[in-house]
Amino acid sequence: MSTNDDRKGLQSLSRRQFSMGLAALPLIGMPGLSMAAKYPTAQVNTTKLAVTDTEVIVGQLHSATGTMAISETGSIQAERLAIEQINAMGGVLGRQIKIIQEDGASDWPTFAEKSKKLLVNDRVAAVFGCWTSASRKAVLPIFEKENGMLYYPTFYEGLEQSKNVIYTGQEATQQIIYGLDWVAKEKKAKTFFLIGSDYIWPRTSNKIARKHIENFQKGKVVGEEYYPLGHTNFNSLINKIKIAKPDCVYAIVVGGSNVAFYKQLKAAGITADKQLILTISVTEDELLGIGGENCNGFYACMKYFQSLDNPNNKKFVEAFKAKYGAKEVIGDVTQAAYLGPWIWKATVEKAGSFDIDKIAAASAGIELKTAPEGYVKVHENHHLWSKARIGQIQTDGQFKLIAESPNLIEPNPFPKGYQ
Amino acid sequence: MTASELWNIVLMQGFAGLSLFSVLLLMGLGLAIIFGQMGVINMAHGEFMTIGAYTIFLISSLVETYAPGLMPYYFLIAIGVAFVLAFGAGWLAEWALIRHLYKRPLDTLLATWGLSLGMQQTFRSIFGAKEVSPTLPEWLMGSWSPAEGLDIPINGMFVMALTLLVTGGVFLMLYRSRWGLRVRATVANRTMANAIGINTRKTDRMTFAIGCGIAGVAGAAFTTIGSTGPTSGSLYIVDAFLVVTFGGAASLFGTVASAFGIAQAQSITEFFLNGSMAKVITLLAIVTILMIRPQGLFALKVRR
Repeated sequence: MSTNDDRKGLQSLSRRQFSMGLAALPLIGMPGLSMAAKYPTAQVNTTKLAVTDTEVIVGQLHSATGTMAISETGSIQAERLAIEQINAMGGVLGRQIKIIQEDGASDWPTFAEKSKKLLVNDRVAAVFGCWTSASRKAVLPIFEKENGMLYYPTFYEGLEQSKNVIYTGQEATQQIIYGLDWVAKEKKAKTFFLIGSDYIWPRTSNKIARKHIENFQKGKVVGEEYYPLGHTNFNSLINKIKIAKPDCVYAIVVGGSNVAFYKQLKAAGITADKQLILTISVTEDELLGIGGENCNGFYACMKYFQSLDNPNNKKFVEAFKAKYGAKEVIGDVTQAAYLGPWIWKATVEKAGSFDIDKIAAASAGIELKTAPEGYVKVHENHHLWSKARIGQIQTDGQFKLIAESPNLIEPNPFPKGYQ
Repeated sequence: MTASELWNIVLMQGFAGLSLFSVLLLMGLGLAIIFGQMGVINMAHGEFMTIGAYTIFLISSLVETYAPGLMPYYFLIAIGVAFVLAFGAGWLAEWALIRHLYKRPLDTLLATWGLSLGMQQTFRSIFGAKEVSPTLPEWLMGSWSPAEGLDIPINGMFVMALTLLVTGGVFLMLYRSRWGLRVRATVANRTMANAIGINTRKTDRMTFAIGCGIAGVAGAAFTTIGSTGPTSGSLYIVDAFLVVTFGGAASLFGTVASAFGIAQAQSITEFFLNGSMAKVITLLAIVTILMIRPQGLFALKVRR
C-alpha cells in the first residue's frame, strides 16, 4: 500500500494528510465559505433544519451501550470517519457537519424517543443510525411523521420501503439468491438445512431461501429450525444435521449464539472438509468473537469483505485503522454505514438543498464511485444496487474472496414469487 | 439409515443431554450457594461468569505473546485464576454492597441488577464493546471419534469433568468442613448461630465470595462452548435462576436434580421438535410443576 501517490480522489486521505487534517481545516474552510455563499442558507434550508451559514447538524443514533453495542460500534466508527473526511474536504455545500450522537441503548422504545428528540428538538438534517430491524421499525413512524431522513446500514429482510429511509445495506434477495445459486452451481448442492435465530430477519430470509431452493433450483429443504436469540446449546440441532446429511447448511444465527453454534459444530466434528456451510450472518465482526480457527473453510455471502482488493477499499481500511487502531476489523455493515454520509452528501449537492423532500426526490440515481465495495447506485426504491460476493473464512478471521456477481444486483424489497 | 448410524445418534444425543446437564449445573451452582444459603438474589451472577471468561481471554493473550510453548497447558491454571479473581470481586461486592441489604432481600435484587449493569459497562470500557475470542488449546476444541460417524465433543467432556469436580468440592465443603457447618447453622437459624459464637458476617462474606468464585470458574469453562463479550453473562442468567428455583432454594441436591431434569427435557424436545418449541415446552413444564410445588423439587425442612 503506497502512501506516496498523490491520489486526489473523493476519499483519498492518506494517513499523513489525515493527521494534518485538523491543522488544515481553516485553509480548506476558505473555498468552503465561498461555496456556502453560493448556496445561501435561506435557499438551501426552507424547512427550519439545523443548518446555518457555516455548519449543518446531523444525528447519529446507534446503541453505544447494551447488547447491541457489540454490533453497532463498527457503524458508529465508520459514520464518524466518513463525516470527518467530508469535513476535511470542505463539508457539504460549504458547511461543516456537526454530529449529535444519541444512544439507543439496545432498547427499541429508547430508539423511538431519541429519534423524536433528534428530529423535533435538534432539527437534524439527516440521521445515520439503527442496526436491528426492530429498532428501525420503532423509529420508522417517527421519521415518516416528522419528515426526517434515515440512512440505515444493515442488511435486512426487505418488505419495506420508505421515502424517509435510504437502505445502504442489502435487502434479503440481493444477499440470498446469489449465494444459493453459487452453492448449487459450484458445489452441486441439492439438499439444504436452514437454520436461524428466532426473529424476523432469519425467518423472512429463510422463507425467501426456501422458495428459491424449491421453486427455482428444484432442490430440497431437508430441515428448517429456529432457536431463541441468545441460545447457547446446539448439540441436539447438530445431531439432527448429522441425520439429515444436507449438501449445504444455510445458517442465519446471530449474536452470542453464533459463537456457541460454530464452536459446538467444530467440537462435534463438523468441519469444512466434511460439511458445506453457507451463512449470511457472519462478518469480520462476528469472527472476532467466534475465532477464525473455529470456523475456517465455511462460506459467507455478503456484499463487502475487508479483504477486497481495490484501491477504494485499501484507502478506506487504511484510514479506518489509522483512526481506530490496527486491530480493528471492518465488516459488511460497517462499510455500509460508511456509505451513508457520502450518499447523503452527494444527494444534498445534487438537490442543492438540505430540505428532506428535495433529498428524498433526488436520491434515486445517486452514484458513488468511491465506495470501498466498488461502484454503487441508489435505486428508485431507496435501496442500493450492489454486488454480492462469496467469501471463505480464513483462520486469521478474514475472508478470502471466492466469487462475485458479475453485475450489480437490483434491489427488490418486495420480491414476487417469494412471499 | 443403518442400525449403527442410529446407535451413534442415540449415543451422541445422550451425550448432548448430559453435556447440557453439566453446563446448567455449573452455571447454577454458584447461584444456588448464594441464593440458597443466603437468600440473596444475585442478578450479577452472569457478570461474575464474564469475569471468568475475560480472565481466560487475558491469560491466553499473555501466554500467546510471551510463552507460546505453554499454550496447551495454560487453560487449567487460568481456570484457577478465574476463581481467584471472581472470588475477590465477590468479596468486594459483599463488603461494599450486599451486607447492607441482608434485611431487605428484594432490595438485593435491585442492587445486584445495578451492579450487573455497572459491571457490563466496565467490561465494555476495558475490553471494548465487541466480542473477543480467546485462543484455546488445540486439544480442547476438536472431537473424540472412537468409531466412524461417532463424534464426542472434547469441550463437552471437559466441562462435564469440571462440573463433577466443582460439585464434589462444594458438597465436601458444605457437608464436611467447618465452613459448611457454619453456613448450614446460619441458614437454619441466624440468631441462634450468632449466639453460639458463629461469626455470621464473616460466614456470609465467605459464602458470597465462594459462590462468585464458582461463577468465575463456570464462565471460564464456557469460553470453550460460548461467547466472550461484555454481555455474555446475561445469556446464562435466566437458565441459572431457572435451575436454582426449580430445584428448590437451599438444596444442593435439588439443584443437581433440577439441572438434570431441565437438561434432559430440553435436549429431548429439541431433538424431536425445534429450539423455540423446546424452550416453550420446558418452561411450561417448569411453571406447572412450580405451581404444584412452589418450594421447588427439594426443600430443606427449616423452622421458620
